[in-house]
Amino acid sequence: MGLINGLMTTIKHVLQEKATFQYPEVERPVRERYKGRHALKRYDNGMEKCIGCALCAAACPADAIWVEAAENTDDERYSPGERYAKTYEINMLRCIFCGYCEDACPTEAIVLEHEYKLSFTDRRDSIYTKDMLIDPVPPGGQDTPHQVEPHSYDRPIPDMENPK
Amino acid sequence: MGVSSKLGNLGVVTTKLEDAVNWGRTRAMWPMLFGLACCAIEMMSTQAPYYDASRFGMELMRASPRQADLMIVAGRVSRKMAPVLRQLYDQMPEPKWVLAMGDCASCGGVFNNYAIVQGVDEIVPVDVYVAGCPPRPEQLIHGFMTLHEKVKEMKWYEWAGK
Repeated sequence: MGLINGLMTTIKHVLQEKATFQYPEVERPVRERYKGRHALKRYDNGMEKCIGCALCAAACPADAIWVEAAENTDDERYSPGERYAKTYEINMLRCIFCGYCEDACPTEAIVLEHEYKLSFTDRRDSIYTKDMLIDPVPPGGQDTPHQVEPHSYDRPIPDMENPK
Repeated sequence: MGVSSKLGNLGVVTTKLEDAVNWGRTRAMWPMLFGLACCAIEMMSTQAPYYDASRFGMELMRASPRQADLMIVAGRVSRKMAPVLRQLYDQMPEPKWVLAMGDCASCGGVFNNYAIVQGVDEIVPVDVYVAGCPPRPEQLIHGFMTLHEKVKEMKWYEWAGK
């Protein structure tokens, strides 16, 4: 009788739906607040949000971020304000995905997205450059650098909208 | 390389043998039961029903390095642990692979100090680095996939050295 009782449990669980996520084929959706690979954002007109202030690099507890800034001119404008990030590199093997860079960023340029497929056969491949991190140009936008009117983008931080 | 250049193209036999052996190696790559820190929790989760590493022939975490093919360095390796890790690696039979799981094993991560080895590739040859702190089970499985791709590319004249 004990044997049958035990087998009943087994049979009951065999008939249940399988718990396994068939990972490489089926991807389990991550939480909304999940912190994965970073992305550098753009404004709607295609201009980069990053102003090269390197506050993210200062906030980073793992020293994973390297920012090198250069001057914007009105003929070659990458971002509002004086400077833009000429070099922006994140070492994905150093990064601990804590999101401090996101908190430190004054222009909300860097955002941790939901991409998590990060494995490398070489440590050099883990360094993501600006080209790999930056979002594609939104429709209707124009790729940087822009040629703009003088004094049209003097403020590095655009006027924030009031919270709704 | 010397043998292959002398023998030239050995044709269909060695090509198919390569494929068959590499396929076999990817399908039953037993990892070693060796957790060092928080990444080991995610490694356990990878073995558990939701992610079920037995789908890749990896359900057996071998407690003995003599029976293991893959060393998953799951966590930060302290300077004191480094000789132990190297000894375990030396005890594993050929062919063997090393997967550095997480930031600490890959390059020291946030622990940039005197006590932690700045990347286990200082002491053992690492095949795959998995980013994340700690990596999700999916990320670890993605690392397994990357390793499988690497193993499938192996040539027969590399088998002796691996």
